[in-house]
Amino acid sequence: MELCELTVHELEEKLNKKEINLKDIVKSYEQRIREKEPEVQAFVSINEDAQKQVEQGKTGIPIGIKDNICTKGIKTTCSSKMLENFVSPYDATVMEKLQNHVILGKLNMDEFAMGASTEYSAFKKTHNPWNLSKVPGGSSGGSAAAVSADMVPWALGSDTGGSIRQPSSFCGVVGLKPTYGLVSRYGLVAFASSLDQIGPITKDVTDCAILLNKIAGYDEKDSTSIKIQPKDYTKNLQKGVKELKIGIPKEYFGEGINNEVREAILQVAKKYEQMGAIIEECNVATTNYALATYYIIACAEASSNLGRFDGIRYGYRAEHCNNIKELYRNSRSEGFGQEVKRRIILGTYVLSSGYYDAYYKKAQKVRTQVKQEFKRLFEKYDLLLTPTSPTVAFNIGTKSNNPLEMYLADICTVSINIAGLPAISIPCGLDKDGMPIGFQLIGNSFSEEKLLYTAYAYEKEENFREKYKPQFKNDKT
Amino acid sequence: MSNGDYETIVGLEIHAELSTKTKIFCSCPTEFGGEPNSHCCPVCMAMPGALPVLNEKVIEYAVKAGIAMNCEIAEISKNDRKNYFYPDLPKSYQISQYDMPLCKNGYVEIDTKEGKKKIGITRIHIEEDAGKLNHDEFGKKSFVDLNRAGVPLIEIVSEPDIRGAEEAEAYLKKVKAILEYIEVSDCKMQEGSFRADVNVSVRKKEDNKYGTRTEIKNMNSFRAIVNTISYEAQRQINVIENGGKIEQETLRWDELQGQTISMRDKEDAQDYRYFPEPDLGLIKITKEYVEKIKENLPELPESRKKRYISEYNLPEYDANIITSSKYLSNLFEGALAICKNPKSVSNWIMSDIIGALNEREIEPDKIPFSAKDLGDLIVLIDKGTISTSIAKKVLQKMFETSEKPDEIIKKYGLVQISDEDTIRKLAHKILEANPKSIIDYKSGKDHALGFLIGQAMKETKGKANPRLLDQIFKEELNK
Repeated sequence: MELCELTVHELEEKLNKKEINLKDIVKSYEQRIREKEPEVQAFVSINEDAQKQVEQGKTGIPIGIKDNICTKGIKTTCSSKMLENFVSPYDATVMEKLQNHVILGKLNMDEFAMGASTEYSAFKKTHNPWNLSKVPGGSSGGSAAAVSADMVPWALGSDTGGSIRQPSSFCGVVGLKPTYGLVSRYGLVAFASSLDQIGPITKDVTDCAILLNKIAGYDEKDSTSIKIQPKDYTKNLQKGVKELKIGIPKEYFGEGINNEVREAILQVAKKYEQMGAIIEECNVATTNYALATYYIIACAEASSNLGRFDGIRYGYRAEHCNNIKELYRNSRSEGFGQEVKRRIILGTYVLSSGYYDAYYKKAQKVRTQVKQEFKRLFEKYDLLLTPTSPTVAFNIGTKSNNPLEMYLADICTVSINIAGLPAISIPCGLDKDGMPIGFQLIGNSFSEEKLLYTAYAYEKEENFREKYKPQFKNDKT
Repeated sequence: MSNGDYETIVGLEIHAELSTKTKIFCSCPTEFGGEPNSHCCPVCMAMPGALPVLNEKVIEYAVKAGIAMNCEIAEISKNDRKNYFYPDLPKSYQISQYDMPLCKNGYVEIDTKEGKKKIGITRIHIEEDAGKLNHDEFGKKSFVDLNRAGVPLIEIVSEPDIRGAEEAEAYLKKVKAILEYIEVSDCKMQEGSFRADVNVSVRKKEDNKYGTRTEIKNMNSFRAIVNTISYEAQRQINVIENGGKIEQETLRWDELQGQTISMRDKEDAQDYRYFPEPDLGLIKITKEYVEKIKENLPELPESRKKRYISEYNLPEYDANIITSSKYLSNLFEGALAICKNPKSVSNWIMSDIIGALNEREIEPDKIPFSAKDLGDLIVLIDKGTISTSIAKKVLQKMFETSEKPDEIIKKYGLVQISDEDTIRKLAHKILEANPKSIIDYKSGKDHALGFLIGQAMKETKGKANPRLLDQIFKEELNK
């Protein structure tokens, strides 16, 4: 077995036993990237100096970073023409926390994290390692595909409406969206400020806990980050699920959910029951309003957040402009892709005077109700169990021209961002075509520890990683 | 109908930069000037991913201003984004406060010809200043300087209670004085740290509905504001008198032509798409916090004025002028502490010092000597070391060189001659040289005495003690 196929905790074990050194690990990943990147296309930029940086004293296990997290001295493009040559003058807080780790590269994504397939990257389409004709999901598709293809040991993604969990489920890896405020957003290029969170994408639950340990914590540079006692998320992984009350919200199993997915998730529920958990059906009545609410709030915030890309101080600037209005109009028309423009226009509309009350204000009211409903549910249940995505990975090109259908890919994940809750996606099998299915566990605020030990219990029992490997098959050839 | 049948209604939105050490959302210095873009960081330059953190001093200063202007302080308020594109606004939104301002429902009192009048304050909210554009006169380029971007501001919005330019000026001066006294803003108009948007409308006195208003933005001198209001009111009256209608619009004051000019940019009818700033939490203020600030608030101009009148018997007019500026008022109190002569300090400020400020076209904060220096100068007069006329010369020197009064006196040999023998010798000399004056005096022409004293002053370059001269001349002449 190649080193690059091991998990981080397995690599660390070998390092501790001095069986290998960090350079061996980096070499193995570089080799893997050379082999697989041409067909997967997960990277926006690859660090050519990884080995040199190990020589210069970096000691952490290398990592891949989604390209919307600012890295000093390395391009941060958000997979947009707008920031094609942008180099951040500062490091995101999570990068400061990971400063000991070699960055293997910056990973592809939907432009400004808007999308569910990574097809909206301005630079390249990333392919799903399980079947290269399929999308890896999105927006953190590059991160999930790279972890899945063993091109990086682990990666950071960002999740605004499902952008960590959905691609993790499509690529058969573990993805955690932490509680809003647990991980600093300072240096994450904002899409929707009240929804965005950075989180880990890893090969297994233990790695997920290790990486969360490294990135979680209060940051005085982010006013929305929350002061809580730091925790060791690896400590109680073996706790087990006896007596744990897990709710199964009916609304997540209805229309639009693929049958194979539904069956797979119900199997997971059974498995938990066998392990001693208490499974009970429940309702999340606000689910039906979540998607509309999400797109109003996310687009409203995005329309404002993306205003700074105006061609004045950095980023793309159109040539031959006669006045300032032309400079704005042309730079933004040429620098942004279709989906980004669509959302900016949607967001501008819902905030406009005369429409504000009907859309934005109403969405905020629904948001409060969503929060309250989850709060009530967690008085009764420890966790909720749902599919991560209504379907497995779809074919490249099938949804990219149908925005509404693409938005529906987020149906199982957006409520969690609206409520600011943590949720994790865990692989739980393959469909008949060999594509991974993922299930989602949703917890109360700051219940990451519970999410992780519950996920760990399933993982240990089912051993997805040992049973299945990405095939890199290509339907087209 | 005549102008007298109309009244001019003015509403003012004052923007005052707060004198906190650091900016409102980052730790860059707020200092004026500096190399372009040298007081900047990822936050105030709006680099991707950077986030604001609210400076708590800004809240403290704004609450101080709110209390000083009799406002209610909101227990909960919030920040909102005001979205618009302009190159001096790096985020493309200004973080301001929209529907939940920090302070509301206050007032300040001004003096008018008809007596005291309360001008209502609708609200005071906090927000960030924008950067500055520097236009290249020769090429076709503009340069963005973000040193000012993120400097904290308070916006003080008045009710439409102000009638005419004079009241507007009195109100502005009062607000400026209050902000200076409580030390939350240095209110340097020439540096743009105290500026106002002016709303003007007119109506016939018997009407109880307001007329359509026009807005003149970003004015930073009292004179310009007064001229603008007078001009704009007259223009509106003329339009109405000629059967026209006032259009609600934004105007600009053209200083050279002395008139308001329509901006006529329809895209200026902006929709700012305000919404709550998701990067910042609610601002929560406890009653205890407000009480603590209240207790530590410095004495306000109105209270000082009353004290000057009752304790020191200053005329109301003098007390008003001295307390209109924190710097003059502090000068008064500082000098008084040394010389214990309120009447004299007041007189010096009212005549020579204000005269010198006007002559030099400088503001009271630029007075180059200390209150102690002024006190010392008055002590020197009261002790008879120098005469009042010498003191006036010393004061001019103090303005020019900032030297201490006793140093100036020593350096230029200005000490008063009060030695009786010396004065008598001098008198003899003058009398010998002016026999005709002796005859005039003896024949009852009193002005001869004045002439003789004048000659003696001339001889001593003003240093002779005038009281002694008068006494000795009389003695000699009456022998």
